[in-house]
Amino acid sequence: MSFDKASAFGKIAETQVSRRVLMGGALSAATITALAACSPTGGSTGGGAASKTATFGSGSSDDVPKRAYAAVVEAFQKQSGVEITTNTVAHNDFQNNINTYLQGAPDDMFTWFAGYRMRYYADKGLVAPIDDVWETIGGNYGEGLALASEAADGKKYFVPNYNYPWGFFYRKSVWAEKGYTEPTTFDELIALSKQMQSDGMTPIAFADKDGWPAMGTFDYINMRTNGYQFHVDLCAHEESWDQQKVKDVFDNWKQLLPFQSTNALGMTWQEGAQSLGDGSAGMYLLGSFVTQQFTDPAVLADIDFFPFPEIAVEGREAVEAPIDGLMLTKRGGENQAARDFLAFMGTAAGQEAYFSVDTANLMTVKDADTSSYTEFNKKLAGVISDAKSVSQFFDRDALPAMANNVMIPALQGFLKDGTIDTANLEAQATALYAAQ
Amino acid sequence: MSVITGDAQAKAGGAKPSGLRRRYSLLTRRDKVVLAAMVFVPTLIQLVLIWIPTIISVLLSFVRWNGLAFSDIRPAGLANYTFILQDYPPFWPALQHNVLWLVFLAVIATPLGLLLAILLDQNIRGSRIYQSIFFAPVMLSLVLIGVIWQLFYSQNNGLLNFLLGTSGTPQAVDWFGNPDVNIWAALIAATWRHAGYVMILYLAGLKGVDASLREAASLDGANAVQTFFRIIFPVMRPINIVIVVITIIESLRAFDIVYIINRGTNGLELISALVIQNLVGEGQVIGVGSALAAILLVVSLVPIVIYLSRTFKKDA
Repeated sequence: MSFDKASAFGKIAETQVSRRVLMGGALSAATITALAACSPTGGSTGGGAASKTATFGSGSSDDVPKRAYAAVVEAFQKQSGVEITTNTVAHNDFQNNINTYLQGAPDDMFTWFAGYRMRYYADKGLVAPIDDVWETIGGNYGEGLALASEAADGKKYFVPNYNYPWGFFYRKSVWAEKGYTEPTTFDELIALSKQMQSDGMTPIAFADKDGWPAMGTFDYINMRTNGYQFHVDLCAHEESWDQQKVKDVFDNWKQLLPFQSTNALGMTWQEGAQSLGDGSAGMYLLGSFVTQQFTDPAVLADIDFFPFPEIAVEGREAVEAPIDGLMLTKRGGENQAARDFLAFMGTAAGQEAYFSVDTANLMTVKDADTSSYTEFNKKLAGVISDAKSVSQFFDRDALPAMANNVMIPALQGFLKDGTIDTANLEAQATALYAAQ
Repeated sequence: MSVITGDAQAKAGGAKPSGLRRRYSLLTRRDKVVLAAMVFVPTLIQLVLIWIPTIISVLLSFVRWNGLAFSDIRPAGLANYTFILQDYPPFWPALQHNVLWLVFLAVIATPLGLLLAILLDQNIRGSRIYQSIFFAPVMLSLVLIGVIWQLFYSQNNGLLNFLLGTSGTPQAVDWFGNPDVNIWAALIAATWRHAGYVMILYLAGLKGVDASLREAASLDGANAVQTFFRIIFPVMRPINIVIVVITIIESLRAFDIVYIINRGTNGLELISALVIQNLVGEGQVIGVGSALAAILLVVSLVPIVIYLSRTFKKDA
């Protein structure tokens, strides 16, 4: 999931002319294919150089991740002598054009994430299996991460780089002053919210102008109400949306609605973070990237975390922790240097190079040197490693069209008036999954 | 289309028949080749960039396709259309918003642009400066427009809530987030652009009106209002046609402002935004997006064809 989907200005520029709109998919697809065909300027024409070069398509276009991947590339070049050409694309464009990118003339390897779409492209044969890479790096990863790197055919396609958990964030000093304690059950969460409300605070900061942040709350209430496997099956549309289990999720959520920010639909997650930072909101359910917003080190040091409380089943065993990493394109599968680069990403050396620049995320290999972790980092890492199951995020676990076209408006509608039409969700899901 | 060319020929033929005939005879072979190229190349471009994609898009609206291999294309009949009409919640609100958009532009924004043009045509001091100011929104990039309106409408830090004295309080109006309010906020932003556009076109039209018409009217004792509505406005007929067509097109292709606010969700649904959401990017569902585009095409064609054919029939 991209953090600032709202800022897809580049895409708008391509599409604002009405004629193009009318022309529909045909032309835009053709244009993008044409663009993709000529985009990798570096081009891995390395046949003669005997696999001494590789190209790397990166969607990590924000400053910090971009420099972090540059550090990984540099460390790998120093170690192996292979020359890597990096083509960085604005991450919204990268994600949006991935279909045509993979079918055109893509780079050898590219940044991607675990979940439905990783498995989807693997099924379609657009990416290369990397079981041989996993033979060398397999021991570095825990079982959950290894499973998340696998497609339906049982082969591995993905090398995890980092992940980050979702959960409730709060300010220690505010809570200590008012004597609040971390809730472990849903009833305690509601009791605490009531207490906060009577203390004049917004109990739960909520910001959903961009549409996707609400999915985090949906995922957690769903997993705590119906279990991790139900989340997976629902996302894959092997379970129907029009059933009592789904209604239960929204009924539970309805109990939280009075305690969420009332103006959530007009706020971005950055503004939500602001209300947590200035103490006007008591807690905030988001990914750990929320800490990027706290530029004041005193506030940053004051932030703490607790996992989503238990509701009905499985306690707090499941955690939502999206994984970002690297994959090989079909063409990259023939380039040994690209395989070596992916293997490098799966070692402590590779991930430490990344973490040395981008400390907002957590390294995924077991033997990575975590001495530079803060106490807070360690706590987050502990939550993930203790988890029995790790979900990605609704828009990574489900069909993207389901997440973007159906769930965003549906959840925004639910936030508005507390009603949801599960029969309509099921009708839409049926139509969209049938088109795949 | 045939109406237009017939009209143009009639006019040209009626004006200077002899001159026209002589010019034809002067054409050398090279001229003919050049002329043929000048007709052929634009036609080809039109065909490749507009007609072929339009037809393909309409065809795609009858299939299910994931956008990958051509072998994945499966016929769907009218399934995409029934899906849109029955199961797709944003569609009907989007259609209503497009109609609202059209009414608002026609009733508020376009007359406002006309008013600005008339005022600026009065040889007031600094007219050029005002023109530039009012036209600036038309030239600004989307990114800037987004930033500007964010500064106005932001709930906690925005100028508007600051002026209302509600900034930072629970009464602060949620201009972008409240689905009852945000369409009006977006319409005002759209007016801000559209009025400047209309103003420039009318200003050009007003400058083109023969000054002797005004003189004659004032000699006959017409006041300013009468002169405008009885003489000037009817004389600007060609501009008026352009303005009507532009207003219709602008309201149907309205997209950018709602897209930068919240990508066309939560009270800001517009058909064009739904087309983009379904055709470009992560939520790509080619069949549904193409069907939406086809619906938008039909909706756009109806008023424009009716208006243009009526207008040119009268002229001929």
